[in-house]
Amino acid sequence: MKLKTSLLAGLAALALGAGAAAADQVKIGIAAEPYPPFASPDSAGNWVGWEVEVIDAVCKAAALDCVLTPVAWDGIIPSLTGKQIDAIMASMSITEERMQTIDFSNPYYNTPAVIVADKSLDIEATPASLAGKIIGVQASTIHQAYANAYFGDAEIRVYQTQDEANQDLYAGRIDATQADSIAMADFVATDAGQCCEIKGAVANDEAILGKGVGAGVRKGDDALREALNKGIAAILADGTHEAITARYFTAPIYSE
Amino acid sequence: MMRMIRPMLMPHRLVLIALAVALAVWCALTLRWDWLPKYLPLAMQGLWRTVWLLVASTVLGFLLAVPLGFAQAVGPWYLSTPARVFCTLIRGTPLLLQIWLLYYGLGSVFPQIDGIRDSVLWPYLRQAWPYALLALTLSFAGYEGEVMRGAFSGVNRGQLEAARAFGMPRFTLFRRIWLPQAINNVLPTLGGETILQLKATPLVATITVVEIFAVSSRVRQDTFVIYEPLLLLALVYMVIAGLIALAFRWLENRVPTRRPGN
Amino acid sequence: MEGLLDLLGLAKSAELLSLSPPGWGMNLLRGLGKSLQIAFGAFGFGLVIGLFGAYGKLYGGPVIRDLLAIYTTVVRAVPELVLILILYFVGTDLINQAAEALGYGRVEISGVAAGIWVLGVVQGAYSTEVLRGAILAVPQGQIEAARAFGMPPVMLMRRVTIPAMLSFALPGLANLWLIATKDTALLAVVGFSELTLETRQAASSTRAYFTFFLAAGALYLMVTLMSSALFQLLERRSRRGQPSLKGAGR
Repeated sequence: MKLKTSLLAGLAALALGAGAAAADQVKIGIAAEPYPPFASPDSAGNWVGWEVEVIDAVCKAAALDCVLTPVAWDGIIPSLTGKQIDAIMASMSITEERMQTIDFSNPYYNTPAVIVADKSLDIEATPASLAGKIIGVQASTIHQAYANAYFGDAEIRVYQTQDEANQDLYAGRIDATQADSIAMADFVATDAGQCCEIKGAVANDEAILGKGVGAGVRKGDDALREALNKGIAAILADGTHEAITARYFTAPIYSE
Repeated sequence: MMRMIRPMLMPHRLVLIALAVALAVWCALTLRWDWLPKYLPLAMQGLWRTVWLLVASTVLGFLLAVPLGFAQAVGPWYLSTPARVFCTLIRGTPLLLQIWLLYYGLGSVFPQIDGIRDSVLWPYLRQAWPYALLALTLSFAGYEGEVMRGAFSGVNRGQLEAARAFGMPRFTLFRRIWLPQAINNVLPTLGGETILQLKATPLVATITVVEIFAVSSRVRQDTFVIYEPLLLLALVYMVIAGLIALAFRWLENRVPTRRPGN
Repeated sequence: MEGLLDLLGLAKSAELLSLSPPGWGMNLLRGLGKSLQIAFGAFGFGLVIGLFGAYGKLYGGPVIRDLLAIYTTVVRAVPELVLILILYFVGTDLINQAAEALGYGRVEISGVAAGIWVLGVVQGAYSTEVLRGAILAVPQGQIEAARAFGMPPVMLMRRVTIPAMLSFALPGLANLWLIATKDTALLAVVGFSELTLETRQAASSTRAYFTFFLAAGALYLMVTLMSSALFQLLERRSRRGQPSLKGAGR
């Protein structure tokens, strides 16, 4: 009768898992891979970081009942269009390319993209200086798109998470990585990051690097987009955004 | 040839084939394939890397599996125990974990080793493919070592005794009698094992090796086209698996065997 | 000096792996629980598919048999990782579209359920083959005898075929269960927080890659060894009263 019990268990698990959702809950998709200091799980299994607090504040200001839903970064846009989540708030930059598939709210932070490399290497954040070097970038990011467009003379390695690219930078397997300036400032302050330093910001190309980080929603989901816009505007106006930022960073990370 | 065609002409199969063709045409016409020309060169490179990894890891893994199987089958305890432990470890843990352990685990100790960046090995240690090849090879050796153990034990004792009676030296005995018979024993399963190995190769995409799976992910990331690259990828793997099956059937037919009972 | 370093290294690992919050041990165990839950569900779901599949392959009409042949061939030729991605995207999409067409609104699909669905479909193909072989191994006379007594088909299956085939199916099913536990690791790539992803999160947060990957490996190994022992026991039980198969060829 072992067989029968396991069959029943399998069916029960399916039935339970596929239950109907609470209708008004908004599922905010975040990347399942750690992205400190914006969003990463702590050892108790809770998600913490600047962006997690901002999500919380935005939802509160917009009176939305939000639940964080970790999704693989690589599949986060398909998850949104496939309705597994309702919004993406995972440090996703607002780019033309992505706008063809999804809509974005107004930005809630914007930071430049920088090149980080080993201290001993004499590298600048220019295509000429990076030619022949090995550059690591995270998959599905503006940095990958930028590196493909500008650093064609370098070898580009694609990682699933920025953390893994950082790890390989520390191990010396790559010469440099391009990533968000805040995330990198956080990395070079860690023990492993002592190897490396920020070599400078890359030349801006708004078509690729986008207009800051916003919340992604499904095309046509204007109600949610408006609600998120209202929430973002509210926390920017009442100082909540500033207060959260002050707890994590020394300088503001939002400008008009 | 007729033997292969005739079963296809049964009425219900004709309908199924017509449906399949219709589905293929529908896929070709209605789904998005405009990305294909741009990514074709990259896809060919990826395909080549997949095949290369598959062939290299299978051959090296098999060479490693022979001593592993032999040690387990007839070796003294100080050889058979490590071999058995190795096979259990490989077969008892997910390959994905083994790959990450090798790549990121080893990577995390590099900075503590002085002078490693000046060593001759460094250009290889920096690349991802040596780790991928190593992990795939060890995995194949682990699974195939277990199969080879059975194959060595299954060799007819009488033949071994006859060879010994002729005064054949031990190594010749191994090379001329034991090994060929054991390989003969595993040949029918080797094709299946190779296909399983093919199915393991996409895991190395997670450590930045750009093989065919990584190329399809790249297409998905660049263009947000989800299903088309995946469907094409599935088709590519099916074709490779089919070719492997055909190749091993051909190989098996070339080896003369006397099956029990005929 | 070296011994001291060794001791210190181990002390650090023990601290990282401890079960209460500064350590990440609890996260790994939570991941292990999820992995086992998905593996168990997928194994069960696979068995359901396998049972229908085996019956379809043995007693179904030509069309069903051909369709099942396509299903098992495709699943056995395409890498699990690719199937998982396809099934993950397609499955949830289809369910939502179906639910919307029926006017139910969106259906929530939990990570565990999606994992069970995805791995279950893969397992089903292998189960089909294992169970088909096992049913074929049941002595035909037993089934004919039951038919002669006028047993209805479902009762025949429940009372005769399934119990009789179980001992033949167990080695194959044991193997499938082990594959199910290891395949849950692949779900890490789609972002399910099972053991491998929890391990990766812990490892990259603490940079102690070796410690955590080895610990996770030990957990997987423990599951493998324990289930192997359990299946051996089950097999021995189900073989009671049957002649020993030892030495009866491979």
